[in-house]
Amino acid sequence: MSSTVEIAKPSKPWKPSIKERIIDITLLAGAVLTSYAVVGATELKGKLAYFFVFFAALAIFNLIKGTATRDLMIGKDQFFSAVMLLGMTLVLIPTASILFTVIDRGRKGLHSGLLTNDMSLATPSDPIVNGGLAHAIVGTFLLVSVALVFSLPIGILTALYLTEIRGRFTRPIRFLVQAMSGVPSIVAGLFILSAIVYTVTKSYSGVMGSLALTILMIPTIARTAEEVLNLIPNDLREAGVALGGTQWRTVAMVVVPAARSGLITALILGVARIVGETAPILLLTGGGDALNFNPGSGAMGSLPFYIWKSFLLGTEESITRGWAGLLVLLVLVLTLFILARVLGSRRMK
Amino acid sequence: MNSEESNKEKDMSTSSLAGIASNHSTKRAGTNRLGIGLEARGVHAWFGKHHALSNVTLDFAAGTVTALIGPSGCGKSTFIRTLNRMHEFIPTAAMAGEVLLDGRDIYEPGTDVTKIRLKIGMVFQKPNPFPSMTIGENVLSGLRLAQLKNSHKEELMEECLVRAGLWNEVKDRLDAHGGSLSGGQQQRLCIARALAVNPQVLLMDEPCSALDPGSTLRIEETIKELSESMTIIIVTHNMQQAARVSDFTAFFLADGGPGEMIETGPTSQIFSQPRDQRTENYVTGRFG
Repeated sequence: MSSTVEIAKPSKPWKPSIKERIIDITLLAGAVLTSYAVVGATELKGKLAYFFVFFAALAIFNLIKGTATRDLMIGKDQFFSAVMLLGMTLVLIPTASILFTVIDRGRKGLHSGLLTNDMSLATPSDPIVNGGLAHAIVGTFLLVSVALVFSLPIGILTALYLTEIRGRFTRPIRFLVQAMSGVPSIVAGLFILSAIVYTVTKSYSGVMGSLALTILMIPTIARTAEEVLNLIPNDLREAGVALGGTQWRTVAMVVVPAARSGLITALILGVARIVGETAPILLLTGGGDALNFNPGSGAMGSLPFYIWKSFLLGTEESITRGWAGLLVLLVLVLTLFILARVLGSRRMK
Repeated sequence: MNSEESNKEKDMSTSSLAGIASNHSTKRAGTNRLGIGLEARGVHAWFGKHHALSNVTLDFAAGTVTALIGPSGCGKSTFIRTLNRMHEFIPTAAMAGEVLLDGRDIYEPGTDVTKIRLKIGMVFQKPNPFPSMTIGENVLSGLRLAQLKNSHKEELMEECLVRAGLWNEVKDRLDAHGGSLSGGQQQRLCIARALAVNPQVLLMDEPCSALDPGSTLRIEETIKELSESMTIIIVTHNMQQAARVSDFTAFFLADGGPGEMIETGPTSQIFSQPRDQRTENYVTGRFG
């Protein structure tokens, strides 16, 4: 079919050649060998020693290679590439380690009834297949939902005040919101405990936990929503107002819909912030072992509470249950973050 | 004429306010009175302490097209934004003078600003269709924003798109998003959107500056058709465009100080026999 004289072949001349790759792999192997040699010959011991010697050797080899083949500038550039690699690995190792441990140990606690049974009829030393964490999942779901009902409107209205109204209190409110995002969760819990539980309701309930979570959630939602709303071009606001809309109509019809996907991200980040929160839950919800669908009264279980209690009980079975709870919680948070990324990056068609 | 007297009074007070006595533009303004439409009387504008526009008096007769020309930074856009009270959206903004729509000052205390903006529509420099709405929803968005009732929405949508010269291109995809159109189409969509609330006056702030010649031509044709039913004021850097579409032209210039209106008159006169040397220099391309 094609009768062109010259057929252009797509290539990537900026990629390293095979020869360069062989050199790189040799250097890598050299660094590994060096780490063994150095650790063997000196007083250094342990995995950390191998780790750091490896990276030091790699960085120095890179420096020498770069300087020898090109010049000192390139050598330095490659030296710092190795340092960056070290930084990245330092960050990744604990994350990977946590993930691996939770999956490995939590796996043993998984069984068919895990998501449908509760712990009301299971004792700490019962076999794993007895009981489950249905009550904890339901509890977490209710706690988060009620907290959302409170914090979503407050958070988004705060963000709208900061971006749309820009009144006299913008600076103090922005400062307060930032300060609030640093409030330790135990303080939020104690605040609700002393202000409402001890003085007014005199009993634990899911709603009390949700109130404390609301305090923690508002700053996350408000700050994310503010950033998202700031990205909406001013042209759109002006266009709305120039068409005879009031500021409120313009914000409701034009600005908020344009920022919709970003606001969903704000919501999900807020949920992810609080879904694993433990301290206020311990103080306020009572943490029952039975299913409770009423957040307004009675002890309410939740995943963080379930995990805390399982580890506290200390029997082999309950510790396995705790790991399984952690696994479920981790999967939940991970799902939320992925959801946030997907919804946040989805472009308006 | 009463208005001219009151105008002079205003002039005195505003001049003293600004500390700059420039009656240059006012002297000529009276000679171009053309019926009832929009009238700017001794309009000044400030951004904080920066005096951006000084003492502009200019009449826009009903059913005419007026082009505002002048180099960048001379206050044309600032002036046009005082005409539908968009100027006040800049937090540090201040103004002086009067803008009369059919004889009533739109800055009079107690005026419903949203009603004013319904009567004096605006098309912006950059096309800005609402991204969350379809093409059809964009056209009718003014009705929803201003909470106007209209029982013939389909007809209105078609009419506005036809008048904006966009109907044939979008009639089969009214449910597509506004952002899926080309730049020129988006700008015509914004014109259609502005038309849907049936304004008396349409302000256009360099509507073609981001567009290719073809789209510019379409929009110029649209402007000519629209001028039969509304007053149009267009800011443009393109002098050929001013010459093609406008009945009257006003030349603005900021010579070190605040922007002023140097000269106004029928477009043919401004381009062939300007009275002011600076206008001549500008329209003949000697500067700017």
